Amino acid sequence: MSSSPKLHYKTVFDIPKEELFAPGHGLCAGCTAGTIVKLLLKVAGPNTVIVNATGCVEVSTTTFPYTSWRVPYIHVAFENAAAVASGIEAALKVLKAKGLIDPNKRVNVIALAGDGGTADIGFQALSGTLERGHKLMYVMYDNEAYMNTGIQRSGATPQYAWTTTTPVGKVLRGKIQFKKPVAEIVAAHRIPYVATANPAHFLDMMNKFRRGLEVEGPSFIHVLQPCTTGWRFDPRLGIKIARLATETAMWINWELDYGEFKVTVPVPKRKHVKHYIRLQGRFNHLTDRDIEEIQKMVDSEVERINKVVGKEIIGPVVE
Amino acid sequence: MGEWVRIPLSSNYAAAYAAKDADVDVVAAYPITPQTTVVEKIAEFIANGELQAEMIHVESEHSALSACIGAASAGARVFTATSAQGLELMHELLYIASGLRLPIVMSIASRALSAPISIWGDYSDVMATRDSSWITIIASSAQEVYDSIIQAYKVAENPDVLLPVMVAYDGFLMSHTYEPVYVAKDRSTILEFVPKRKPLWNILDPDKPITVGAVGNPDWYYEFKYQQVVAIENSLNILKQVFEEFGKRFERNYSFIETYNMDGSDIAILTYGGLYGTVTEAVDIMKKRGLDVGAIKLRVFRPWPTEELIRILKNLKAVIVIDRAISFGAALEGPIAMEVLATISKKSLDTALHSYIASVGQRAVTEEDVMAMVENSIDLLKKGVSLTEKSIYWGVRQ
Ligand SMILES: Cc1ncc(C[n+]2csc(CCOP(=O)(O)OP(=O)(O)O)c2C)c(N)n1
Ligand code: SF4
Ligand SMILES: [Mg+2]
Repeated sequence: MSSSPKLHYKTVFDIPKEELFAPGHGLCAGCTAGTIVKLLLKVAGPNTVIVNATGCVEVSTTTFPYTSWRVPYIHVAFENAAAVASGIEAALKVLKAKGLIDPNKRVNVIALAGDGGTADIGFQALSGTLERGHKLMYVMYDNEAYMNTGIQRSGATPQYAWTTTTPVGKVLRGKIQFKKPVAEIVAAHRIPYVATANPAHFLDMMNKFRRGLEVEGPSFIHVLQPCTTGWRFDPRLGIKIARLATETAMWINWELDYGEFKVTVPVPKRKHVKHYIRLQGRFNHLTDRDIEEIQKMVDSEVERINKVVGKEIIGPVVE
Repeated sequence: MGEWVRIPLSSNYAAAYAAKDADVDVVAAYPITPQTTVVEKIAEFIANGELQAEMIHVESEHSALSACIGAASAGARVFTATSAQGLELMHELLYIASGLRLPIVMSIASRALSAPISIWGDYSDVMATRDSSWITIIASSAQEVYDSIIQAYKVAENPDVLLPVMVAYDGFLMSHTYEPVYVAKDRSTILEFVPKRKPLWNILDPDKPITVGAVGNPDWYYEFKYQQVVAIENSLNILKQVFEEFGKRFERNYSFIETYNMDGSDIAILTYGGLYGTVTEAVDIMKKRGLDVGAIKLRVFRPWPTEELIRILKNLKAVIVIDRAISFGAALEGPIAMEVLATISKKSLDTALHSYIASVGQRAVTEEDVMAMVENSIDLLKKGVSLTEKSIYWGVRQ
């Protein structure tokens, strides 16, 4: 057990210049996944192995004979990034112990998967990996749907959101169910480090990546990833929408470091959720009353979090 | 050469000893009857310090093979084992393991597939992996299981092959019965034969970053698959070399097929796995009674040993193929019978082929049954049947 270190990335000048995520990938213009991956690699550095699940990031960065990855990278399937990563971690461990590879070389093993590959089809493999306690970091980039296959709902799609499998019709209007609280379920595994992050708060996100790579055991970083194509917003708005997610408390940036819970991005003055929702076509069908209902749900979640923290870390709606 | 000790082992234990003696680095497996004791034994070896390996106690077979893929990609020598439902759960990854050209070795205690659920032996599970580009060896004794797994690493890791290998044997009839087996007294005997070198396959090395498992668009995918065609073709030669080297070094000889009492026989029974033992017993009894019938054991299923088979089939009036799996709705429902038929047609041989299905879900098949099949086949020959219209379901209540 070790306590949370001082923040490493305090300003943009602390960010390494080295680009390990090469330009020329095929992500949509304005996709925030590229931002997340680029910064992830800046934190992790060259001694890193990436295990990527099938999904937008994978298909957009690895079309043979090209690749965007300047670190060793493997894609195996959709639902098993955690299991593959656990195999790599175990292999590196035993090969070091047997003296077959340099025992002093620290290699980061990072699994990278979408919300579908994590919350749904890959959940079993993830849970098993966490329970076994492999030393690896799992990064879930959450665009709240199966984007690669054309915007189908996932367990992480928020309530009321339109997707191609939760269409807005005369009887049903978007997704019926709530968003699965993936990071909390992961936290229930009592692994050393769990955090939620947001690319708009990139220094916070990078510090979390760093902490995740540092702890002895599994870590899990759940990153919100606004998707221009699936959420139906102008490509230039990705980071703005990400910021609004935190400012409205639709997305709360927290960490759980060896059991110590902390909201890392306090929001003293909260914005109304309509600012976040009205920018996205996937919520076009919502009435003002629907939005008020969402506001109430967010309010009660904020209340719950504030109680956990023991102070008003997220303030009232002021605008 | 080396020193050997002769100990009683089940085929499951023989598989575990082979993995230990091949000094595997990572084992990821999930329990399923009748494979379970393979993994238990390996866990014991690790617990006793007889094997230095990471055992990944995965939560499913899907993750077992996924973890093996990860571990092999990191440069480790890996092993897994399964049966039936477990093999089916791995199905997706079978193709990925071979497509990524990883030298994974897996033992299979063959078992019937659900439904209805049956824990008993047959080869439905192995036959369902037919097109997955795994080299497939079917053993018929515990010694052969041990030896085949050792050979498997040498073939799989050969740079002209780089394909995964499965070594199958009968669930229960072999997995749980004991036979005397020679195992190496000291692992170095085995490691001189299958040395652990710097991996010759694609590995995830930060000093030489590569992308593994890329997207293969229509202008590339086909070539990747064709490389697998070439690799499995190459494996015919490599297998041959490995069998020869193994025989020379250890004085236990193996080939793609094995035959028994072929001199003077113009009818032969072809089968695989433990049933071959029953067939050779039946051959002995028939010989005593004045009837010469040969026996052929198919040992390597993939790559299919066309040449070796033709050499034998061309001298035969008829071949009786006994399958322990059903290819439902196929032109000929015995999966191996169908391949034998293709082999016969390749050279337009006039060998008659009579396809029998038996011991499905481990329905007992005795020497008497085998002799009765031969009688039946001779009858068919007399009636001029050169090919059974359908496979004959031996002993089923219709
Ligand atoms: C076993 C399996 N089922 C379905 C698919 C098809 N598939 C590929 S990616 C994908 C959705 C990915 O969604 P997510 O994990 O959220 O990643 P995103 O594409 O949104 O980045 C699906 C359904 C698959 N590749 N494998
Ligand atoms: S569909 Fe969405 S997640 Fe996928 S590349 Fe486009 S913007 Fe990014
Ligand atoms: Mg998604």
